[in-house]
Amino acid sequence: MSGHAPDGAGSASKAWALHAVVILGLLSLHVLLPDYHHGIAARIMVLAVFAMGYNLLFGYTGLLSLGHAMFFAAGLYGAGLPVYHLGWSVPVAFATGIACGGLLALAVGVLALRTTGVAFMIVTMMFSQVAYLMIYWLGDWTRGDEGLTLSRSERIVELGPIFLDLTDRDTRFLLAWALFSAVLVLTVFIARSPFGRVLVAIRENEERTRMLGYNAFANKLSAVVLSGLVCAMAGAAYGLLFGYVGATFGSIQYSILPLLWVLLGGAATTLGPLIGTYFMFYIVDFTQGFLRAYMLLVGVALILLVLFFPKGILGTIRERWLKWLP
Amino acid sequence: MAALTPLLVTRDLRRAFGGLKAVDGVDIAVMPGEVRAIIGPNGAGKTTLVSLICGRIAPGSGTIRFDGEDITALPAHLRVRRGIAYTFQITSIFANLTAYDNVALPVHRRLAGRDNMHPRQLREAVMQALDRVGLAGRAGTTAGTLAYGHQRLLEVAMGLALQPRLLILDEPTQGLSDGEIDNFIALVRDIARQATVLLIEHNMPVVMELADRITVLNFGKVLAEGTPDEIRRNAEVQAAYLGSTADV
Repeated sequence: MSGHAPDGAGSASKAWALHAVVILGLLSLHVLLPDYHHGIAARIMVLAVFAMGYNLLFGYTGLLSLGHAMFFAAGLYGAGLPVYHLGWSVPVAFATGIACGGLLALAVGVLALRTTGVAFMIVTMMFSQVAYLMIYWLGDWTRGDEGLTLSRSERIVELGPIFLDLTDRDTRFLLAWALFSAVLVLTVFIARSPFGRVLVAIRENEERTRMLGYNAFANKLSAVVLSGLVCAMAGAAYGLLFGYVGATFGSIQYSILPLLWVLLGGAATTLGPLIGTYFMFYIVDFTQGFLRAYMLLVGVALILLVLFFPKGILGTIRERWLKWLP
Repeated sequence: MAALTPLLVTRDLRRAFGGLKAVDGVDIAVMPGEVRAIIGPNGAGKTTLVSLICGRIAPGSGTIRFDGEDITALPAHLRVRRGIAYTFQITSIFANLTAYDNVALPVHRRLAGRDNMHPRQLREAVMQALDRVGLAGRAGTTAGTLAYGHQRLLEVAMGLALQPRLLILDEPTQGLSDGEIDNFIALVRDIARQATVLLIEHNMPVVMELADRITVLNFGKVLAEGTPDEIRRNAEVQAAYLGSTADV
C-alpha cells in the first residue's frame, strides 16, 4: 500500500528499478548458466508464473485455496489436448488454455466464494480433486498418468515472418523469460492499482471494506478469475514449452506447491513467488539425489514456514528493512 | 419545516435472533440535517437497529426508506454508495495500513467513476478528512499503532471521507477521555452542518448536548421519542433507563 502514501513517488521508482534489475538479471542467466541449470531456470520461470497467480489470491486477497492445480491443469490440457488431437497451432492452443482456466475459475469462484476460511480451502480442494479425476475419466483422450507427449512438429510456431521451435533450448528459455516478465509487471501493476488496494483491504478487514461501499464478492471473484487466468497461462506454457501433458500436474501436490513457494518467498510480495519457487526447486532437486521421499521434505518445510517464518523471505526483508517493496 | 420529507424512515422493522426479538416493530423517521440519538439499556436493540439500516444484517420484516426510496433489499455496499456511512462500535480500521491509506480507500470509492480523477484530488480529499478529525499530522502512521482515541477518530474520518448524507456513529465516545469527548462533541457538531447524524451513545451528557431528537429503545421497541427536554421529563424513560444513571 505504500505507493499510496505521501512519499509514493520515490518508492515507486525504486520498486520499478528493482523489478527491471530482476528481469534483466534473469535474462543474463541465459548466457551465464550451464546447460543443466539453464533448463531448470526456464522451468522455474514458468512455475513462478503459477506461483504469482496463486499469490494474487492467497497473498493479496487473503484467500487460501487448496485447489489451484485445477487451474494449472486447465491451462495444460486446454492447450495440450487441441494440439495433440486436433492439430491446433501453438498460439491458438495457448489462448484456449488460458480461456479454459478463466472459465473454470469463474465457475469455481461463484460457488466457492459462498464460503470462507477453512470451508473455502476444502471446497477448492474438492473441485480440484474432481478436475483431477476427470483427467482419468477422460483417459481415452488424456491417457491419464502416462500423459501425452507433444512432438516437435506440433511445437513449431509459424506466424508470418516469425518462426519459433519450442524444442530449442534458447527459444524455450527466452519465451519462459518473456512470459515471466510480462506477468511480473502485471502483478506489480495490480499490486499498486486501486483494485489491488481493495483486495488488500478485503484481506485485512472484509466487513469494513464492504461498509466503505466496496462490493467484496465482486472483487474477490475478480481476484479468483485473474488468479485462474495466470495459473492457466503457466500451465499452458508448461505443456507447450516442455512438451508433456500429464495427470500429475492436476494432483493435490500441485495445489500445495504454489502455496509453499509463495509462503517461502513471501506472500503479498511481487518477487516472493520467484524466490520461493527458485529455492524450493533446488532444495527438492538437491534432496532427490539421496532421498526418495522428497514430498516429506515439502511437508516439513511447510510446517516450519507456517510456525516460524510466516512472512517468508521477502516479507521479512520488507518488514525489517525495505518498506517500499511492493 | 413541515414540508420537508424525512431522509430515513423505517416501518415496522423487525429482526429476531432465535427467540430474542432484538428489533421488534420499530418506526422511526429522521429529518435531513438532524442529529438523532438512539439510547436505551444494554441489549435494547440499538446496534441491531442501525445494522439493519446500513445493511450489515437483513431484517426479518418491515421496510427501510432512504431519501424516499425503498432500500430494504439493497446490499450494504450499495447503501453506502447512496450515502449511508457506518462507523463501527468496536474500532474497525485497517490496522496494518497507514492512517492515510485507511482514508484513501473510502475517498477512492467516492471518487471512482469520475472520468477525470486526478491523484492530487485524492490526496487533498484524504488529507482534508484527516485534518477534520485532527489526524493530518499522523497520515503516515500505521493505524494499528495509533493511540486508542486516535483510532476512534480515524474510524470517523473514514466515514467522513465518504461524504455521507447519513452518518451512523455507534458509541463513538466509548473509551475516550473527558478531553477527547469534548473535542468529539465539537467534531460531531461540525459534521452535522453537512450531514444527518444517527448517534448511538451511552454517555448521557454527550447525548443531551448533541441530539436534536432522541429515540429511546427498550426490548427492541421504541419506548419514547422527543427532544432532549421531553425525554428527560418522561417518567417511563426514567424508570427504564435514566433512573439507573445518577448524574442525569
